[in-house]
Amino acid sequence: MESRIRRFFLMALAPWLGAAGLYAPAPALCAEGEQVIKPEIERREVREVDIDTEDFEVGAFAGAMNVENFGTNFVYGARLAYHVTEYIFVEGAYGHTSTSKTSFEKLSGSAQLLEDKDRDLDYYNVSFGLNILPGESFIGEKWAFTTDFFLIGGAGSTSFAGEDEFTWNVGAGYKVLLNDWLAVRIDGRDHVFDVNVLGKSETQHNLEFTGGISIFF
Amino acid sequence: MLLLCCWLVAGGARAELFGNPFAADEPVELRVADPYIELHTGPGRGYPVFHVEERDATIEVLKRKTDWFKVRTRSGKEGWVARKQLVRTLTPAGERPEVRDASKKEFSFHRWEGGLLGGDFDSSDVLTIYGGFFPTANVSIELSASKIFASSSDADMANISLLMHPFPQWRVSPFVSLGTGVIRTNPKSTLVQESDRTDQIAHAGVGVRVYLARRFIFRAQYRNHVIFQSTNDNEEINEWKAGFAVFF
Repeated sequence: MESRIRRFFLMALAPWLGAAGLYAPAPALCAEGEQVIKPEIERREVREVDIDTEDFEVGAFAGAMNVENFGTNFVYGARLAYHVTEYIFVEGAYGHTSTSKTSFEKLSGSAQLLEDKDRDLDYYNVSFGLNILPGESFIGEKWAFTTDFFLIGGAGSTSFAGEDEFTWNVGAGYKVLLNDWLAVRIDGRDHVFDVNVLGKSETQHNLEFTGGISIFF
Repeated sequence: MLLLCCWLVAGGARAELFGNPFAADEPVELRVADPYIELHTGPGRGYPVFHVEERDATIEVLKRKTDWFKVRTRSGKEGWVARKQLVRTLTPAGERPEVRDASKKEFSFHRWEGGLLGGDFDSSDVLTIYGGFFPTANVSIELSASKIFASSSDADMANISLLMHPFPQWRVSPFVSLGTGVIRTNPKSTLVQESDRTDQIAHAGVGVRVYLARRFIFRAQYRNHVIFQSTNDNEEINEWKAGFAVFF
């Protein structure tokens, strides 16, 4: 009882004494009845190695890709991403599509601009992605999924019509994480490259829309 | 395809070094030392805080995504905690947990690096991806794949290089490189009917790597290539490139 009164008295005085430089809160007061070290606990270091990191994302995608003059066709591919921070990721992708005949080829009947083997289009690229709108989506009352809306752009190479062309790509996408390691995503991308089919080089914009799944590891 | 292979190799090796597939078997437990820590619904600042765990509560660390850690509380709630808050918890031994952070110190010495460079190869556009391994802070071994887009032909180039970094502790770290490889030239089919040609190539070069922030590096370099052609005269080519890389 006596110590409690003394303590109360000291606490009331503390601001005044503190201002005068005479009193600093005594550790003995705070530590009363507390045991700082618990010796019965087994000592174990927590090191980074013990924690599983999941910064890589691997996935497959499929959808439709329009190649200017050569129709819209099925496209598929694979991608691998490294998430550098919560906002930025670096992604490598490979895609393949087989283009169809141009309107000119269809109308003329026999004329062929490209050999069959040159109609396949393969692209690969490295892009930087920026997660700009992180959030959550709700399905009913029970389900909430974390989501990301991202912008993405980069450079790469496209093999088409027997040539390899330097290609820029720019687009956006939306990713829904079903759980920690599985995500579904939709992507819209514009692949810009110069094509030289008729002896004259022209810049083409080729739009691609895909859906895919990816796994974090 | 080559690009994807490089990424996969880098990824696999990294998982071996830093990931532990058995991490879940032996949970990492920490004690909250600050007045409270916040649990977010997702691994990012934008995701809302849905739970607060108070001082002295025990949390179990399940996994890491970038700078966020998934934790489980005693009551079974699972959420994401920022690195900044997690490093202020205590281990059962009463010490701060050891958590890797991307910093300038890591820039001076890391094991793996990968990046994308673009530039000029004898007046043509060139695009390069590379992956590097650092056995020590001063030496790195690099594999690179390049695509050269010229008006009359395309070329693919693969190189293996040895880089010396005399001042790895500097923010702007210079390097010299020596290497060899192959270059395959494919004349454009619509212009000339010529067959592909593969030649050996060697280079010497200089450059700088600049630490930007987090895991990012800016890199610029010059290389002087010599192409050993089947005809007697060797061709010399100047290449200037710049780009970005990440280390892990």
